[in-house]
Amino acid sequence: MATTTAFERAYIWERPVRLYHWVTVASLLVLAATGLVIGRPPAFLTAGDASASQWFGTVRFLHFAAGYVFLFAFVIRVYWMFAGNEYARWHNFYPLTPTRFRRWLGGVLQVIKVDVLQIQKKPVQVRGHNAMASAIYGMVFLVTVFQIVMGFALYAPMSDAWFPRLFAWVVPMMGGDANVRIWHHLATWFFIVFAAIHVYLSVFHDVVEAEGEISSMVSGSKYFHQDAGGRRGVK
Amino acid sequence: MGRALTIWEQARLQGHSRRDFLKFCAWLTAAAGMESSAIAQVVQALETKPRLPVVWFHFQECTCCSESFIRSSHPIVSDIILDKLSLDYTQTLQAAAGVQAEKALHDTMAKHFGEYLMLVEGSIPTAADGVYCTIAGRTALDIVKEAAAGAKAIVAWGSCASNGCIQAASPNPTGATPVHRIITDKPIIKVPGCPPIGEVMAGTIVHLLAFGTIPELDRVGRPKAFYSRRVHDTCYRRPNYDAGLFVESWDDENAKKGYCLYKMGCRGPTTYNACAVTKWNNGVSFPIQSGHGCIGCSEENFWDNGPFYQRLTNLPGFPIEATADRVGLAVGAATAVGLGAHAVLTFVRKRDVKGGHESAEPKPQE
Ligand code: HEM
Ligand code: HEM
Ligand code: SF4
Ligand code: SF4
Repeated sequence: MATTTAFERAYIWERPVRLYHWVTVASLLVLAATGLVIGRPPAFLTAGDASASQWFGTVRFLHFAAGYVFLFAFVIRVYWMFAGNEYARWHNFYPLTPTRFRRWLGGVLQVIKVDVLQIQKKPVQVRGHNAMASAIYGMVFLVTVFQIVMGFALYAPMSDAWFPRLFAWVVPMMGGDANVRIWHHLATWFFIVFAAIHVYLSVFHDVVEAEGEISSMVSGSKYFHQDAGGRRGVK
Repeated sequence: MGRALTIWEQARLQGHSRRDFLKFCAWLTAAAGMESSAIAQVVQALETKPRLPVVWFHFQECTCCSESFIRSSHPIVSDIILDKLSLDYTQTLQAAAGVQAEKALHDTMAKHFGEYLMLVEGSIPTAADGVYCTIAGRTALDIVKEAAAGAKAIVAWGSCASNGCIQAASPNPTGATPVHRIITDKPIIKVPGCPPIGEVMAGTIVHLLAFGTIPELDRVGRPKAFYSRRVHDTCYRRPNYDAGLFVESWDDENAKKGYCLYKMGCRGPTTYNACAVTKWNNGVSFPIQSGHGCIGCSEENFWDNGPFYQRLTNLPGFPIEATADRVGLAVGAATAVGLGAHAVLTFVRKRDVKGGHESAEPKPQE
């Protein structure tokens, strides 16, 4: 029984990744909350004169402003997919060569055995994202693009700025604003469900593996045990 | 007379004064969405250009487009454009019938090949070789193809011809199809709406007749002058929307006060039309002014994007009526159950592996 454990501190998440992460979390909270209010405004003003209030307009303004923040955070992340360290690069999320794909598939099977079914005890120790997580983040990035395109398409007829106007072609392609709104709304639920699972799993890994998972998204570093469990599976 | 009359000549024959005619031109200019400096051009065009021959087809439709058109507010529209002057063929309004009517159509199509304007009201059924709509023993599909071959341009009247409207609503048993899916090699101007506003129809046709050119169209092929803004962008209830003052049920105090109808399913925010500006029945009112939300009649698939009194529409393809929120909540609940089960499992397993490195209190050292 180990009484003391030696840890290796490894710097995994560089600044742009962490910046992206927390700016995204903040803007997404605002976007999902204001978005659902836009979709179904609560009746907390039921009388009065229109000139005295602007709350719904304000909620919409917050949504559009947060939309821009969400976009630019993502732009930084995409840049870092090409400029960042090995854990940040695009091929983590999209293993497109046969070798990478095979390695990724092996990783996924291991995650399923260890973390989901829990029929294998050995913890999966990888430095960056585990294979399953990578695939999910790859999907999140795609839905992020989708949501941004749908959002700015909805925004196009409301704005005179050149940027939203670039997305005006999306509306006819999707068969009208009504369809775009439904898709935008559905993707919102994707993010909500993802965030719930994601936060749960962050806590799960932090508790089970004790590698400082959660704080790693703040400080950038994870702590790897050097004894029991060792550096198996390190990629 | 060797050449066809111009609209001005025809108007004079009808007993209209020069003053009437000029007023008409000014009205047209406004109706066609042009600036007042263009009046002179319109006057000149109507004085000098011989009228375009026009054929107007009626396929799978309810004739609401024609009804709307003949109610457009300026008397000269019905008098000149519709009755006497331009229409060489239109089943609903022409005096001729049967063989005579068909002869008029074929004469026009042969004599003015490549020049006539083709107006289509209604969708075209394509299922079962198009037998669901036949005129004079021929299918609408045949007729459209034949007539389009010699048309200078095509106007798709109303939502039926522009996007299928109710005939094309799910499950679309007759394979109802809008014109642009059948004819792809001619300029097509879509004037959607169920029906389109009479003035919008007049404005579009007048542009074509007066100038012989296609009005400026948006990406979807609708005249920009009338379809570039959403009903919501010009709605007089908009301040209530921004203020968050909504009608909560049809019979509440808010409905009386004229608050925004967003929560009652108003489709104004997703519908491109001129209703809030041009209004209906000579500018008397429009649906929202009368206390009813917009149902999005000029948008594609509006019949399937129901229910009309619910803001979020039902999701197509789902067997039971499901909105995005209901699906979201269901998936959310399933997630919670899954995570809960996983957490319990983890707790149980963790006790099993006691003694493994997980239970060692990690003391980070650097
Ligand atoms: C993940 C990020 C986002 C989420 C979760 C989100 C969520 C939502 C939701 C739930 C709605 C209500 C839809 C409805 O029921 O009709 C909405 C509306 C809207 N969103 Fe987003 N949105 C996001 C990103 C964006 C972005 C990047 C933009 C671009 C500026 C944007 C622009 C809009 C617009 C213009 C509307 C319609 C608002 C209105 O009609 O006033 N959204 N959003
Ligand atoms: C709206 C909510 C959230 C979203 C959309 C989100 C999204 C993401 C994404 C896309 C990544 C991949 C990072 C990258 O490579 O760029 C990530 C990683 C991570 N997130 Fe979040 N996140 C959210 C909330 C949170 C919260 C609340 C926590 C803290 C409990 C958290 C902890 C982490 C951790 C620890 C990682 C690293 C995971 C790993 O090692 O594979 N996230 N998140
Ligand atoms: S009534 Fe309809 S169109 Fe008018 S402001 Fe409200 S949602 Fe928009
Ligand atoms: S308000 Fe909407 S539903 Fe009513 S006529 Fe205009 S576009 Fe059609």
